[in-house]
Amino acid sequence: MNFPVLIRTYDAPELCESEILRYAGCKSADESTLSLLHECLNELNGKLCYKVCFMKLPCTVDGDTADLSAFKVRSKALARNLSKCKNVILFAATVGVHLDRLIARYGHIAPSKALLMQAIGAERIEALCDIFCEDIKNEEHCVLRPRFSPGYGDLALDVQKDIFALLECHKRIGVALNKSLLMSPSKSVTAFIGIRSTEE
Amino acid sequence: MKFLDFLHDNIVYLDGGMGTVLQSRGLMPGELPERWNLTHADEITQVHKEYFDAGSNVVCSNTFGANSLKFTDTELEAIIEAALDNARAARNASVSDAEKFIALDIGPTGKLLRPLGDLDFEDAVTVFAKTVKLGVKYGADLIVIETMNDSYETKAALLAAKENSSLPVIVTNAYGEDGKLMTGASPAAMVALCEGMGADAVGTNCSLGPKQLRGVVNELLANASVPVVLKPNAGLPRSVDGKTVFDVSPDEFADEIAKLVHDGVRVVGGCCGTTPEYIRALKAATDSIVAVTVTDKALTVVSSYTHAVSFGERPILIGERINPTGKKRFKQALIENDMDYILNEGVSQQEKGVHILDVNVGIPDIDEVSFLKNAVCELQAVTDLPLQIDTSDSDAMEAALRRYNGKAMINSVNGKQESLEKIFPLVKKYGGVVVALTLDESGIPEDADGRVRIAKKILDAAQKYGIAKKDIIFDTLAMTVSADANAASTTLFALKRIKEELGCHTSLGVSNVSFGLPSRDAINGIFFALALENGLSAAIMNPYSADMMKTYYSYNALKGLDPNCAEYISASASFVPAAPSSPSQQLPQAGSEISIRSNSELQKMIIKGFKDKAYDVTNGLLKSREPLDIVKEEIIPALNTVGEGFEKKTVYLPQLLMSAESAKSAFEAIKQFMAAIGNTDKTGTSKGTFIIATVKGDIHDRGKNIVKLLLENYGFDVVDLGKDTPCETIVETAVKLHAPIVGLSALMTTTVPAMEETIKQLKAAAPWCKTIVGGAVLTKDYADKIGADMYAKDAMETVRYAEMILNGKGEK
Repeated sequence: MNFPVLIRTYDAPELCESEILRYAGCKSADESTLSLLHECLNELNGKLCYKVCFMKLPCTVDGDTADLSAFKVRSKALARNLSKCKNVILFAATVGVHLDRLIARYGHIAPSKALLMQAIGAERIEALCDIFCEDIKNEEHCVLRPRFSPGYGDLALDVQKDIFALLECHKRIGVALNKSLLMSPSKSVTAFIGIRSTEE
Repeated sequence: MKFLDFLHDNIVYLDGGMGTVLQSRGLMPGELPERWNLTHADEITQVHKEYFDAGSNVVCSNTFGANSLKFTDTELEAIIEAALDNARAARNASVSDAEKFIALDIGPTGKLLRPLGDLDFEDAVTVFAKTVKLGVKYGADLIVIETMNDSYETKAALLAAKENSSLPVIVTNAYGEDGKLMTGASPAAMVALCEGMGADAVGTNCSLGPKQLRGVVNELLANASVPVVLKPNAGLPRSVDGKTVFDVSPDEFADEIAKLVHDGVRVVGGCCGTTPEYIRALKAATDSIVAVTVTDKALTVVSSYTHAVSFGERPILIGERINPTGKKRFKQALIENDMDYILNEGVSQQEKGVHILDVNVGIPDIDEVSFLKNAVCELQAVTDLPLQIDTSDSDAMEAALRRYNGKAMINSVNGKQESLEKIFPLVKKYGGVVVALTLDESGIPEDADGRVRIAKKILDAAQKYGIAKKDIIFDTLAMTVSADANAASTTLFALKRIKEELGCHTSLGVSNVSFGLPSRDAINGIFFALALENGLSAAIMNPYSADMMKTYYSYNALKGLDPNCAEYISASASFVPAAPSSPSQQLPQAGSEISIRSNSELQKMIIKGFKDKAYDVTNGLLKSREPLDIVKEEIIPALNTVGEGFEKKTVYLPQLLMSAESAKSAFEAIKQFMAAIGNTDKTGTSKGTFIIATVKGDIHDRGKNIVKLLLENYGFDVVDLGKDTPCETIVETAVKLHAPIVGLSALMTTTVPAMEETIKQLKAAAPWCKTIVGGAVLTKDYADKIGADMYAKDAMETVRYAEMILNGKGEK
């Protein structure tokens, strides 16, 4: 059985400033924080990419193991998340390396901007995952389980190796896996999304 | 026939997809296709044979991912031997009468190189070198480096190919819809890098269909002086009934490529989704087209990992400020290994509008080879400007050029035999545009004739090394007019003659002309204008000089190089010094939630987080007050106000950091003042040494950088060991400096064991040293468990703890 890997490129999802401030640890923002945030957003304007690669796999759950045909994953939490799902979308998403470069740059010369860039990245990648999931939901006419990433619950980061081998993330969207199983660019996400038919 | 001879006169047909063809033959998702060379040799031979039969001149061995990161050395050798055997068997069995060659195929490692990822550049070179050596051993005719989406990895592979073989090398990159590589490089930048290092053909493969790659191909054709390669996908993949389908048919594919062959593309083939049928169609559609002759574009170009900078169209500004000559504060930064200071100089000059940064870190008593190499790597992590590597030490030059991501500018070579012999081989090997000084064993000729004569001698020597004229820029040496009234006119005349008689580009260290004179900027600005009018292509200059920038923008406007004078108008605001105004009037009225108790201007600037104003106000205060008083009575109280606000949760982290940065800029004014009067003991308030590092395996340093900034503000000598720091380095440094305290940061659970190990070894080797830990995954309990002396939940807590420890021991 062959499972195609598909690629999608999105336009910038709608921005939520309050979410960015939350990631930056601000309960409220004074004028200078806001003006710095806007400076960062201007600098990033048009510089981020929004790419996703994904595949749809059949899914059966047996006890603590989810069998996705291409590979099996042993994790109580994931098995629970995917119970009653006949299919799973496995995806990787990224906003690209440019943000990492700016975070590195400002880490040296203006840590306040690095902090805000980091927060913007966190908000952007989540927003990208949200619009991708929304698309899948509409296309599959189904109920989606909450997305589940390596590192959640007892799902070991080791599973990243299988995900990267299957999705060829480096070749398709430029995301590489480091020795410590973290991803570069840092603002990238991999996750499983369980698909349940609407009747269940 | 040799491959390069065939390439010279013919359109060369490569093969089509391998991975996608193997999937249709049963390769499982996640299975490594390279193993099929051993387990399915007949299938692989059959695929190659079908491509040869369809008209391919070159098939790429099934070795895309054959590297030592994926396979053991033994298996790697078996795979490459089998892969080349399979290709040879196909060549022997093919019925086609076309010329046939076998390429060792090299794809990306799948890792990102530092600083973006964790693969070291030299490790990448080693990985590729193993594959190249085996390809040579088992008889490849050429090397194809393909699907590279990062310029740095491309350089590593090309370097490995050049260092370990004499085979022809084709390089193709994967460009995205934006016409750039994933890591940002433009086609022009990739042409500069690859041609500079001696690639025999450059181009693009994978990612997109032929239509979407048209823009990329046009840019390649406009810039490349070697044949251009196009090997696109059969469009974009779609899923139909669980199968991968590509949306461009063989005929559409062939027609699109045929248009680009007419335009000059010389090497064609297919990537993902293409089959022998596509190659057959491609051959049919292009068979009657006469191969377009490849011409030398004679472009003088340097590049970074994002873009190329071309000489000749408009004057090029090369920022001169990363250079210790005559700068006490810069020397101090070098001695203290204060890389942030150097990075700041780089970024500030970029903000002023320079196109290239000169990098010179040569002072006695530092290890220039390693320092220059590090400076180049660190600068490339924070700025995308091309660099001009400036050193008289050829070992340092080689170390820096090797690591440089792009095609560098090299400063410099001269007419002395020794210099030619040392520098030209480096230019040839690593690529680069070299600045050639018109002096030789007998010194600097006094007249223009002598300087032109040396220039000719340098050009002759370059030719012997195989270095093109376009890669040499002459510097006719600006000398001070205070010593010789004719100095400037001689320099200018030599410049003009070199431009006109030799057809070469030129560069000058403009400000040398005013050495020894007062108000140097005034004369520098006029000399710059005269030089430009005499054909100067580039100036090594001070971008903070308003006179120089005025000349630059005015010249462009007057010469029709600035449409609608748009750049002139937008830059003109900075020509006039701002009228002095009361800074307090410029403060936003609404703002920070902390009340400003003090009336001090500097304290307000710091609390509000106005970096530039804090610097200016401090400079004002230094005229009437002692530096130490400013620190104790202004900066520290302001920091304490903000710090307390943070602890009471009325101030949040971004505000705390903005204030800290403003305090740092106030400190910078003080440091410059002290350096100028010959006192390099910083602010005289050092509280002691604090070593800080992110532990081995962890590449996150944002938290660490925040803590560092605050500690520096509070007067600690912070020794920053960076990220992914080996345990031994931390322990050695703690012992060497007898450091009272070490701060360790870890973001991931996976790297906490490395932190535990570091603490264990520190306790054994430096029992006096206290450890403080922090980071996203840590808690107080966790910190206790791994033996840390203290857990800090944020940067302020770290400062408070460090003060407690060091106060307890008494101030240094």
